[in-house]
Amino acid sequence: MRMIENKVEKNWAGQRIVSPDYLLFEAPREKHFMTGSEAVKEAVKRASVDASVSYPITPQSEAAHLIGELWAEGYVGVYFRGENEFGVMSEVAGAAMAGARVITTTSGPGTLRAFENFPMWSGTRIPVQLVLMARGVNSPLSIQPDNLEVDFLLDTGCMIWYAENVQELFDMILAGFAVAEQPDVHVPVITAVDGFFVSHTREAIYLPPDDIALPPYAPYKSPMPVIDAEIPPGRFLRDPFVMKSNYISYATHASWQWEVRSAIERSRPYAKHYLKGLTEEFGEKDSEVVFIACGTAASQAKEAVRMLEETEGIKSKVVKLKTIRPFPYEEILEATKNAKYIFIPEFNVVGWLEREVRKALYKKSDAEIIGTPRVAGGMTMPKEIIVREVLEYIK
Amino acid sequence: MAYKIYKVNEEFKDIVPEEVVELEEKATWGNPKRGVMDLPVTKELLEEHSLCAGCPESAAIRYILASLPNPEDTIIVNSTGCTSLVFPHISLHTVHSLFGNQNSVASGIKRVLEWRFPDKAKDVVVLAGDGATVDIGLDYTLQSFFRQEKITTICFDNEVYANTGGQESGLTPKGHVFKMAPKGKLFDKVPMWQLAIDSGCHYVARLTVSSPKKVERVIKEAIYVARELGPTYIHLYTPCILEIGLNSDDGLDEMRSRDKERFAFFEYKTPHAEEVIAKYKAEGLL
Ligand SMILES: Cc1ncc(C[n+]2csc(CCOP(=O)(O)OP(=O)(O)O)c2C)c(N)n1
Ligand code: SF4
Ligand SMILES: [Mg+2]
Repeated sequence: MRMIENKVEKNWAGQRIVSPDYLLFEAPREKHFMTGSEAVKEAVKRASVDASVSYPITPQSEAAHLIGELWAEGYVGVYFRGENEFGVMSEVAGAAMAGARVITTTSGPGTLRAFENFPMWSGTRIPVQLVLMARGVNSPLSIQPDNLEVDFLLDTGCMIWYAENVQELFDMILAGFAVAEQPDVHVPVITAVDGFFVSHTREAIYLPPDDIALPPYAPYKSPMPVIDAEIPPGRFLRDPFVMKSNYISYATHASWQWEVRSAIERSRPYAKHYLKGLTEEFGEKDSEVVFIACGTAASQAKEAVRMLEETEGIKSKVVKLKTIRPFPYEEILEATKNAKYIFIPEFNVVGWLEREVRKALYKKSDAEIIGTPRVAGGMTMPKEIIVREVLEYIK
Repeated sequence: MAYKIYKVNEEFKDIVPEEVVELEEKATWGNPKRGVMDLPVTKELLEEHSLCAGCPESAAIRYILASLPNPEDTIIVNSTGCTSLVFPHISLHTVHSLFGNQNSVASGIKRVLEWRFPDKAKDVVVLAGDGATVDIGLDYTLQSFFRQEKITTICFDNEVYANTGGQESGLTPKGHVFKMAPKGKLFDKVPMWQLAIDSGCHYVARLTVSSPKKVERVIKEAIYVARELGPTYIHLYTPCILEIGLNSDDGLDEMRSRDKERFAFFEYKTPHAEEVIAKYKAEGLL
């Protein structure tokens, strides 16, 4: 807790300002029962958010309008409904450039409509937070859970985190600001959850009191000049490299893209601290059967671990990934030392997580990597299916 | 006043580029009466430009920068196009992010600056080509007008996609042959100034940049009205001399000839805008 002249420091909403560590780890928590969308509201309420712009699309509309209620209640500084997701993502970009802590939400087709903005966000080094409630991308239209869109986002230069449940979503949103705003990181963070499975499911959640909040964003710690005419402009150049066809221009553009990726790498220690590790394990440590998964697929894999033990006597474990960018290479390598079979259950048709794991373990593991089960389009992933797939492979 | 940010540390004066030192010493800051007449005697806010020699866009940008009433607290948002080659040379806070999203970015900036600095006038000005404003960005331009964003939008209409090599735009006159319209453009020039009026702008002007003094007055009125009321729109004819086959000293004549026809001076003010303008006139600022 920061004190000024022996007085408790408050934000504009009258909430006591506390450190991210206090808010996440130390503050007393009370049990509630709510959906993922409501958990977004509770997180934003404690995050001293300056600005949010919204646009409706199932399944994130509720989260987006609940942020609006926080604005009406005086917790959020600026809020409005934008014209479409391309506009929204540009509006939040402008808001962040002008020195605001910003959050927005979208899903599926909204993500694709907005797409050109994501590499622009990271190249502009703005720590915008996007809560992504993954939804199918297909024609004919689908509104169901499916995380294909996360694949599209992997190389935008944004950090990508994946929350498994309502509790994790709440904590990740707060941690997201704490990590993304580190001056040596300062890139956007996309906090993903599976649509409906998390956005619309009511679960037990432990919340700190709502009269405390994160310290407000400190814009002048940004590695890029804030666009507010209060500090010298940063782009006053004699010979700008913009669109020039010369070696210096090429080299500048190349190194800047590397730098954005390096910034994501530099987020590792902060993310490890605030997320208590980039991965989390469930089950028998030395198991030969290992599931690597994120989100709801990790929840279902945990059920399968229990069932395999109870019905077949097979020991297994889940390595749940909390961050996809940065990708937890070392953690996965360590966690699969004894693995003979690595199963990657996913909610999409392309198997992007399988691809990522194969790349991470190439020539480093003798385990067989099996990209299954894979469901999509809104299908669920019952534990029985996972168990059946495992038995087919290992027997 | 934020123009103090242009003060150079005495210790570094000998190594800082001279144009930066000149910005502190010879530019006009903190003087809302500044204008195009200062151009020959003061330091300009545009250092150089990399447009074609004689491109009227460069004249327009110089007049606009000289006319800003509050440059020390003005943010300019740009889009992709020939103008984006000029932007890195401007010594104010400027943004280029994508092609067509300029009014969205400007909306976010303006709203947050009002939230962060409620007692300070921070002017946000959008400056983009006809393709950016009226074709790819039309949605975002008009939606910012509907939402009554307090920003001034300036369109550099050269009636063509110049930066990509001369393709037809929505502002190309009907019948004109450009790339991608090999049989001539099939539909009328989009009357953007009228759309701006219908969409809620409080001040709208259409003109060429043949008269610097007129540009100055229009810019100042539009910025003051945006500051107090809501969206304002300025439509400037800045011919692409390259794509219409003119020499570098032909731009002014081209604009003068259009002054009498499709770019004849046109101005629209709501009664509220008239009041704002009268107030600033009374203060001697217009
Ligand atoms: C999404 C996207 N589409 C297309 C382009 C290519 N592009 C760059 S500049 C430009 C033309 C700009 O025309 P205008 O806005 O009229 O400005 P001018 O160059 O004529 O000043 C185009 C089509 C782009 N950069 N981004
Ligand atoms: S191409 Fe046309 S608009 Fe672009 S700089 Fe040259 S003359 Fe100006
Ligand atoms: Mg043009």
